[in-house]
Amino acid sequence: MTEIKQNEITKYIVISSDIVLPADAAMKIYESEFPVTVKETCFGLIVTGPEQDVLAVVEKIRQLDKNHIFVKDRGFPAGDDRRCRASRGGGPRPGFHFLREEVGMLPAIGAALDELEAKESVNEKHGEKRRLKVSDLEKIIEAELSR
Amino acid sequence: MNFLTKVFIYPVNSLILADLVERFGHKPLTMMNQVREKVTNISLDSPPLNITPEDPKVGLRYAAVEVPPGVRGRMALIGPLIEETEAAIIVENPPTNFGCVGCNRTNELMKYLVRSKGVPILEVRYPESDEDARDFVNKIAAFLKSLPTENTGEDTKVEEKEPAEKEGEK
Repeated sequence: MTEIKQNEITKYIVISSDIVLPADAAMKIYESEFPVTVKETCFGLIVTGPEQDVLAVVEKIRQLDKNHIFVKDRGFPAGDDRRCRASRGGGPRPGFHFLREEVGMLPAIGAALDELEAKESVNEKHGEKRRLKVSDLEKIIEAELSR
Repeated sequence: MNFLTKVFIYPVNSLILADLVERFGHKPLTMMNQVREKVTNISLDSPPLNITPEDPKVGLRYAAVEVPPGVRGRMALIGPLIEETEAAIIVENPPTNFGCVGCNRTNELMKYLVRSKGVPILEVRYPESDEDARDFVNKIAAFLKSLPTENTGEDTKVEEKEPAEKEGEK
């Protein structure tokens, strides 16, 4: 059984991005030199390590494409014998079916998050109503007259 | 963390819900954290999954003894989460209700306990198209933004003041 440390946490990083691949994200973590264990999978990464390091790594990876990279906790550490398919005689890992169903929905969720972000930035721009300055009014009149 | 609202999610192991709750600045209450506490405990009393005789007793607080043991076993992990709940997001008709979270009786009991707790609840349907996904994300975002992001600590201050006043009266 892999060595278990109680203050360590594990996170799934699920990548549903057109510009970031799991391999890119893994390389980014290796470059960052955080003391974490990384396992590359078909859907993304599994990261295990001390809590602060894992949270920092996850935030760093999320910033690569924040609306298309999704994160959730995992109970078992990466490569744990109780969940590893190699020691269980093959077959899908428990919990994989639900993850696969959700991964299928992630492009639509990512697009919805993009739209939400765009809408918020438009609202911020047009949200504030304020009195029109005389200088601005003059510019508008001049622009209209010069047509 | 004291500065976040603890949001219960159903399905309890959902990637999308856990991520959205965390993204909008709150703490998701998920099954994975409960499992981690069990399986990464240094003193494994009962390997491999560390299920001890204490667990069914915890489950008995939420389900009677004649209820199937699977329900009680699951409630031993999910029940403590419901007690911490300050808000909840319940997704109806999730596509894969099988496997470890596929016990429908447990799910019914869990949803009943959350609803009867009287916390703010958002109930949405699992998206099946891009349009649905947009509504799904917008509803969840609006709900999460409406929750308090900072614990003002007023409640605790009131509780602290009361005993001091009583002492003064005596």
